[in-house]
Amino acid sequence: MSQSLRPYLNAVRFSLEAALTLSNFSSQEVERHNRPEIEVAHQSAELLLQPMHISRNENEQVLIESSVNSVRVSLMVKQADEIEQILVHKFTRFLEQRAEAFYILRREPIKGYSITFLITNKHTESMKTNKLVDFIIEFMEEVDKEISEMKLFLNARARFVAEAYLGEFVY
Amino acid sequence: MSYAAAKFPSNADKSVLSVFKLIKGPIYSHCYNADRSLLAITSDNKCLVFQLSGTKQPRMFATLENHDKVVTAVDMSIHGRIVTCSQDRNAYVWEPLSDGTYKPTLVLLRINRAATCVKWAPNGYKFAVGSSARIIAVCYYEHDNNWWVSKHIKKPIKSTVNCLEWHSNGVLLACGGTDGFVRVFSGFVKGLDSKDIMANSPWGTKFPFGSLIREYYHGDYIHAVEWRSNLEKLAFVTHNGTLGIVDHQDHLQEVNSPDGLPFRALVWINDHEILCAGYSCHPVLFAESSQQWKFAKNLDKAARSSSPATTGQPGATGDAEEEENPTFGISALRKFKELDLKGKVSTEQQESAHDNAIVQLLPFAESNGQVVQVSSCGLDGKVVLYNV
Repeated sequence: MSQSLRPYLNAVRFSLEAALTLSNFSSQEVERHNRPEIEVAHQSAELLLQPMHISRNENEQVLIESSVNSVRVSLMVKQADEIEQILVHKFTRFLEQRAEAFYILRREPIKGYSITFLITNKHTESMKTNKLVDFIIEFMEEVDKEISEMKLFLNARARFVAEAYLGEFVY
Repeated sequence: MSYAAAKFPSNADKSVLSVFKLIKGPIYSHCYNADRSLLAITSDNKCLVFQLSGTKQPRMFATLENHDKVVTAVDMSIHGRIVTCSQDRNAYVWEPLSDGTYKPTLVLLRINRAATCVKWAPNGYKFAVGSSARIIAVCYYEHDNNWWVSKHIKKPIKSTVNCLEWHSNGVLLACGGTDGFVRVFSGFVKGLDSKDIMANSPWGTKFPFGSLIREYYHGDYIHAVEWRSNLEKLAFVTHNGTLGIVDHQDHLQEVNSPDGLPFRALVWINDHEILCAGYSCHPVLFAESSQQWKFAKNLDKAARSSSPATTGQPGATGDAEEEENPTFGISALRKFKELDLKGKVSTEQQESAHDNAIVQLLPFAESNGQVVQVSSCGLDGKVVLYNV
């Protein structure tokens, strides 16, 4: 793990721990509704807390938006070139299409970010908060590794295919 | 039973007396009757009543179901009446009958949003309900109509009321909410309360119903308020992780949570000690010495594991280096084996009695004016008794 990654992940961990202090909060605007307040446009500004923006560099950032009963965690996954852009897009799309199996995954990322998690009080009540934080941190560690691995694999395969295909034309 | 002892064999500080895992979901609120033989908890849209005997696992006694949304709070009066309130905008008073069942009576709250908290006045003849409709409803029984009716306190509450607490005189009502104000109102109901009880009160001279007696602006969500009536002091915990203590002369003292995580509940142990608990899952004791409130000690604090996220990683990479050319089948097999190990926890890791946030604390046993046992309920569905 590189020198700057550890403090970055620590900052995200402590911010997440502080943000995941949710309570069961019924809507004070709509009768008999209990909705994630971070997801609705509304007049009660006091229910939204200050968003936290943690940035390692321009390509790797985390945005934590919290409210009284829900937290949105958006990750920007490192995308160095066009291949990585395509890979990240495909990878996050694959996950998002299976969002219900992931519980905390939001079906669409926030604009400008690669992937977004939506954690509500239902999740913190049924799961251990520190395990949720561990999951997100681990995801952040793994996703870079995964993408660069996929890129290597893709390059190797492209080379192999090109060789096999162009080999036909060698006399 | 020995459930607690079996699960926490090496708890060094002996602060946990017993642990009752009662339900799977969260418990938002719990309460006891006067002689501590009955325990009522909230469970989704029901309220469960248990019979309690010593440190044995409580026995289910009655289920109170009339609400159709999450029950947010429950309280028991000195006469044994249970009041429940829920996000379906209603509250019920449950009258115990001689055959062990409860007879529900709907309370006319006249609110159109969720009811969030409920507290009986010390005399047991009225109670207050806080709501998301920015209203506190003070409810009392009207004999003429044979109904529980309510009077509203509306101004100047600007957001959801999170917590309520009656002063022991049964007139002063403290509340806190998401608008960041701690307010003290008068809940004086004509015909129920006598004016004599408020004579010589340091809080003022006149207490008409609904009048705002004091207001303290804090700015963060207020999660709990608690009176120390004989000192005329009010303690509250807030979402930025502080415990605040104010008195009638508006002297405010604040202490920060040692873990940095906010508290959800507090209870006065004696005149100079307060126990708080919240998202750090264990109670924290604060004490006053020479007019200064300070952190005193942690109860039942779990030893934090050093690096939870990276378990199993170093070994895995070591194996990969050993095998230079893994055949495809073997590497796939190992991949899935590793996946299987993910999220595995070592059993030796010692955990605190609660493994999710504690949302309410109640005094359980007292001796010589000092609380010696405290009961807590949490989002993990447990009720825990602590020795202080």
